[in-house]
Amino acid sequence: MRSATIGSVLAGLLALLLAVPLLVVAGVSVNAKKTLSFPPQGFSLSWYAEIFTDPGWRGALVNSLTLAGLSSALSVLIAFPLAWFLWRWKAPWARAFEILGMTPFILPPVITALGFLSFWSAIGAYGQQWTAVVSHAVFFVTLPLVTLSLGFAAVDRSYVEAASTMGADDRAVLRTVILPLVRPYMISGFAFAFVLSLNEYIVAYMSVGFTMETLPIKIFNALRYGYTPVMASVTVLFVAITAVIFGLIARFGDLPRLLGAWSKSD
Amino acid sequence: MIRRPPRTLAEHAPILFPALMLIVFFVIPFGLMIAVSFFRRVQGGFYEPDFVLANYERFLSAFFGNVLSFSLMLAGLVAVVAVAIAFPFTYRLVRLPHPAQVRWLVFLLSVLSLSEVIIGFAWSTLLSRTAGITNLLVAVGLMEAPQSLSPGFGALLAGLVYQAFPYTVLVLYPALARFDFSLMEAARTLGSSPARAFFTVLVPALRNTIVGTVIMAFVFALGSYLLPQLLGRPQHWTLSVLITDQAIYQSNMPFAAAMAVFLVLVSLALVGLALILGRREGSQ
Repeated sequence: MRSATIGSVLAGLLALLLAVPLLVVAGVSVNAKKTLSFPPQGFSLSWYAEIFTDPGWRGALVNSLTLAGLSSALSVLIAFPLAWFLWRWKAPWARAFEILGMTPFILPPVITALGFLSFWSAIGAYGQQWTAVVSHAVFFVTLPLVTLSLGFAAVDRSYVEAASTMGADDRAVLRTVILPLVRPYMISGFAFAFVLSLNEYIVAYMSVGFTMETLPIKIFNALRYGYTPVMASVTVLFVAITAVIFGLIARFGDLPRLLGAWSKSD
Repeated sequence: MIRRPPRTLAEHAPILFPALMLIVFFVIPFGLMIAVSFFRRVQGGFYEPDFVLANYERFLSAFFGNVLSFSLMLAGLVAVVAVAIAFPFTYRLVRLPHPAQVRWLVFLLSVLSLSEVIIGFAWSTLLSRTAGITNLLVAVGLMEAPQSLSPGFGALLAGLVYQAFPYTVLVLYPALARFDFSLMEAARTLGSSPARAFFTVLVPALRNTIVGTVIMAFVFALGSYLLPQLLGRPQHWTLSVLITDQAIYQSNMPFAAAMAVFLVLVSLALVGLALILGRREGSQ
């Protein structure tokens, strides 16, 4: 009993330690004047308003949301047929593409970023905005690939069997049986990729850093020229968006399972 | 459903798009980067096709040696500290009731996906003179005047561990969640203390997982490219920072590519080792 109490105290302390940097930033973001001080002096939400009224910050926010939306949709489009193919057919050679899809996520990100930088400049597309969408889609394809593979593994093959006995072809089985079953996994894969794309810096920077500002790029550029409280309010906004999205995944999907708590046979 | 090898072109068709995307936008850029690492740099920030080893020869300089040894030391330190905190934490986490577990996972995932820019900004604020924790210490009378704790090695280490901790927990999570805790209960029934059961049953049983996780955390920390710039001094720059710096600000793509190739080899070797260790434990 005593050790359990110590354990909860330590866990609480750890939670506090993880939250403290964000709490300080939240405090800083409501300063009345343009100062970096904590505890905040005065109270004002004007720095939150400025995210939407200042064209620079609003533009960066729109860029980030557009990039995240398009790139995560594209990465689902890449991952879905691959995961389905691996599940549907016996094709050991196709595993090579699965490994390929996992690699960018495991290697230090600067490597993928540099690969894209040399590629986009070689084909003369360096700096064009669509390159960031493709770069992020390939960089984050791992996430929908993992969630969709888990999703397909959970599909009971006897359903498919039943459907095909009743005369459904592959396409009909996919649409009426498999798709509804793997949809939650598809959505969480999309959401994971969306959040990470929103926060990603180096790949975006090396593809379009000089022509388009995403929010992380904008924050980093602003940091180099000195402090503005909008950086704090934008950070709080981002943490909130991130937490809400993961909260939704947890609400509609089984987060422990997505993170590998149970083996496939369970 | 009969699961057989695909035969017709139509059956192969679905994999065409993903395969094409991955080859064109991952394999080719990757290969191009390797090729560029052998190219010759010409003045003005450009490079031309060639086969020279000059970019790799620069590895032999003392400066590069220092950066490399500092990067490896730092990543190693971060990995060990992160696993030392994350292992006992994850051990508790997997035995929490389901809703509490989910709340923790949402929190950890949120911290994990935060941009390095945001983590760096948050920590430099936390450790700053005007808005930092030292103000708190002054307020309770432990310090005389607030002071700045960033940039510095301590600040950098704190930021990196903060970033690596959630990642480490999530790498450990599956292994611990599937662990058969009846073994520990048996040890407890036979009279060993919780701490003793933890160190004599759990830790040895998951030894390979722990080593594998240290390696994964090591590779993760090796990849950090913004925190050393935001929280450290120039002498704390790591290999990842140097690669970015050479590619963007010094416009020396061939040298940046050579360093990246080197980083790939180190990372792949380590990840391979971690996978082998993980598999060996899985088969036990």
